[in-house]
Amino acid sequence: MIHHFDLGSVLRRSVSDLYTNLVTRSTGAAVRAEIEHELAAQPLGAGRLLAIIDVTHVGLLDYSCADEVVAKLLLRYALPGAPHDAYFVLRGAQEAHVDAIEAALARYGLALVAEGVGPAGDARLLGAVPDDERRVWDAAYRLGTADVGRVAAYLAIEGELAVNLDGIARTLVALSGRRLVICVGADAAAGERYVAVGRAECMLDIMTQH
Amino acid sequence: MTVVIAVPPSLDDTTFEQVLDHLAPLAPDDKLLLDARHTRWASPYGLIALLTLAQTRTARPSLATPELEETQSYWSRTGFYRYAEELFDLRGPVPRARPAGESNVLLEITPVAQSADVHDVVERIQARSQQILHSELGIDAQASVRFVMTLSEICQNVVEHAGRGGWVAVQTYRWRQRLGRRVVQIAVCDAGIGFRRSLESTPGRVASDRWDDGTALEEAVIRGVSRFRDRGRGQGLAGARNFLGKWEGKLSVRSGTARIAIVPPWDDDVPLREELAPFPGAQVQITIPERLAERAP
Repeated sequence: MIHHFDLGSVLRRSVSDLYTNLVTRSTGAAVRAEIEHELAAQPLGAGRLLAIIDVTHVGLLDYSCADEVVAKLLLRYALPGAPHDAYFVLRGAQEAHVDAIEAALARYGLALVAEGVGPAGDARLLGAVPDDERRVWDAAYRLGTADVGRVAAYLAIEGELAVNLDGIARTLVALSGRRLVICVGADAAAGERYVAVGRAECMLDIMTQH
Repeated sequence: MTVVIAVPPSLDDTTFEQVLDHLAPLAPDDKLLLDARHTRWASPYGLIALLTLAQTRTARPSLATPELEETQSYWSRTGFYRYAEELFDLRGPVPRARPAGESNVLLEITPVAQSADVHDVVERIQARSQQILHSELGIDAQASVRFVMTLSEICQNVVEHAGRGGWVAVQTYRWRQRLGRRVVQIAVCDAGIGFRRSLESTPGRVASDRWDDGTALEEAVIRGVSRFRDRGRGQGLAGARNFLGKWEGKLSVRSGTARIAIVPPWDDDVPLREELAPFPGAQVQITIPERLAERAP
């Protein structure tokens, strides 16, 4: 199930139709409550949820609001016992939005996929992401559907000298735990297969399967 | 008996200390007349610090307004008298309120007491700031956005921590004395509980050997400590420090008897001043200078 949250609309609906900026903690908390309310309305066991956090129509996003809306939302779903198997993608972020969100995520050691902010206008990870996780996620993102062998081959082509299959496998599991890739099954030959959150066409397939 | 304190001819964060030095021995209910007749210039900080001072008095103070017509007119355009009338017995000429048509008043003196006020401040300053900061100070559009983010965070500190309302004002002007170039200045002042008492209210806080206003400011401004245990707290001032570092801006925060400053290369201020005259609440000033090298030809 894919949920699209246009935060500009959520702001006007939940706080004031006069506002275009996401500023102050109370505003951020109100917007997050609206998102959580909609996600909570999904029946338990409904399968994977993908929430697109769209800030295209948000003027300013300050640090406090980034903390309340984005970091605390992710925190809830990143913990064991989260109400749903939910994944999040940020859409429409400008440079200043990215700054605020990165600072907020880093405080909790969280990370989030942001569409359109990578060097070539593609997706990249925001927040606290060690280099090895970032490299493996990038590889998975480029590959579409990835497994340990394909990621290793990709990294070798990219010039990674010390490609360690066990290390890649562990990193993919870690990224899955951080909800940055989705484990989509396994086959006997290649082992577990993953899709990077943010690969739009692959995500659509996965989400509509449920 | 009424005590008369002369307001300096040039009123800014530094000279306001002279006012506080004279105020220190007085009881809150002593009769007070602030004599600004010979004041010719005031920074945004100077103006809202006067309003904040009035808030701290239990006996309504008097204010003798500037005699110079140009100064009267400027104080009027900043919105000063609108709030001064509520707090002071005004003596002397008070020009009729006029809208702030002057381009250097980016944000008139605006009360900040609740979250909606912060939204109001941000909405009002956004459009003007981008154009003025770019054309007058050479600050690009992305930095203008961060400037407004910084303003938002500093104003929120009043809402979340002060325990009572304060004021904000933003202005650009040519700072002849120190820099010889234009600056934009944000001032946010309140007469609330201040940093020390705010941090003291942290649940489960363990008292340390050295604990005073200076230490509290170091904790909050340098180390990003907040009275809330929440890990996401304390980002506002940290974000402001990062932004100011990139733009050679100056941040100073006064609270109680101490004042801490993040001092850029162009300034010779000291990082921490202690044993100042006591003054309730918190008074924040941010100064960002014109970018000379990056101005469009």
